[in-house]
Amino acid sequence: MIDKRAPGPAAAVADVPDGATIMIGGFGEAGSPIELIHALIDQGARDLTIISNNTGSGEVGLAALLKAERVAKVICSFPRTANSTVFPELYRRGRIRLELVPQGTLAERIRAGGAGIPAFFTPAAAGTLLAEGKESRSFDGKEYLLERWLRADYALIKGRCADTLGNVVYNKTARNFGPIMAMAAKTTIVQVASLVPPGGLDPEVVVTPGIFVDRVVEVAHPQHESELVASGATYP
Amino acid sequence: MTTNAAQIGWTREDMARRLALDIPNGSYVNLGIGIPELVARFVPEGRTLIYHTENGLLGMGPAPREGLGDPELINAGKQQVTALPGAAYFHHADSFAMIRGGHIDLCVLGAMQVAQNGDLANWSTGEPDAIPAVGGAMDLVAGVKSVFVITQHCTKNGEPKLVDRCTYPLTGRGVVNRVYTELAVIDVTPGGFSLVELSPGVSFEYVQERTGAPLLRQGTLANGTRHEDRC
Repeated sequence: MIDKRAPGPAAAVADVPDGATIMIGGFGEAGSPIELIHALIDQGARDLTIISNNTGSGEVGLAALLKAERVAKVICSFPRTANSTVFPELYRRGRIRLELVPQGTLAERIRAGGAGIPAFFTPAAAGTLLAEGKESRSFDGKEYLLERWLRADYALIKGRCADTLGNVVYNKTARNFGPIMAMAAKTTIVQVASLVPPGGLDPEVVVTPGIFVDRVVEVAHPQHESELVASGATYP
Repeated sequence: MTTNAAQIGWTREDMARRLALDIPNGSYVNLGIGIPELVARFVPEGRTLIYHTENGLLGMGPAPREGLGDPELINAGKQQVTALPGAAYFHHADSFAMIRGGHIDLCVLGAMQVAQNGDLANWSTGEPDAIPAVGGAMDLVAGVKSVFVITQHCTKNGEPKLVDRCTYPLTGRGVVNRVYTELAVIDVTPGGFSLVELSPGVSFEYVQERTGAPLLRQGTLANGTRHEDRC
């Protein structure tokens, strides 16, 4: 009987080694797996490469991981948002590297990684600064850039509900990068507010099939980044 | 320039109302952050638009009532929104397939500069100490069928934003179709900027003086008459 449950966030991230590449779901706070990120801070892995749309806010969650100087590089589309102070400070001090990727290209690179497509052409960013150093090619009179897939050692994502086989459904716009990151990582770890037995999810509504998921961990009452930031919370 | 251009011509709300008139019923529309968001308030009676927000929602509705929001139901500006009846959620690769694949009819964006050939600069000043951030703007302009820009005609320092050639880093080449400012509605055509409509009380010459490239005098003026002559 397959059972992908991990006993808690700490156990779920226990084997992440130094130097790992980790995809972290979320767009702003929606879908940010704060409890898994905090467990990763406690666990201590460093020299990480993080692939995520943003760089967190305040000093909790992803921003706290950066603040703890565990991250060598981020691959990201929008590293500054409201209340985002940790990344800009580290970046200006030269303590972190940034690969800036248009948001749709970031998503497609991740999807391609999960789908076994090593490269693809996209029109986004053709003729801009972000095209520098990239191969371009014309198809039917329009210029496209060659972009490579992105894959990762781990993905940390947040769902609303999963079954013990790893089938996942999400909450509203918290779905964002979860389904594609789940496909693109060797080990995908999902925190959910509720875990159900097989048969507890209608197969017609499953968003991420369990084949893409390695570990599920129940976090019954996940924290919200904006509430933590508003309360002045920091982690650890 | 000593004149404060913001006090002449249309207000931001007027600009958004004017733009909204040009969106056909049933369009799938992506509104950028800031002034573009105002457009949703002014959709004419009898028209229904379906709003796409690139973080993963079609059928986006207005902000929730106080206390009824969900921190995981947000728009691309990370503000809480609602989902209207008939809405759909999807992941980012699908969302940008809608964008890049030409399924979204229109996006409305702000701008730092628009060039007469339709080049758009709206993501970076290129200053060395700026934190670079691009988001979805490059994907939007590369794939959405029509790109409307809504912006003040000049910068706070009075410099034209409609220019001969962009000096800021580009978001996309030849992508802008139409520009709405407090002074005028201006098309980007193969011949350059072409006047569509002046805001009330503003003259062609006034707009031309504040535009960094030649303006073709063609289109409908605010009083409804058509000007066919080119300057």
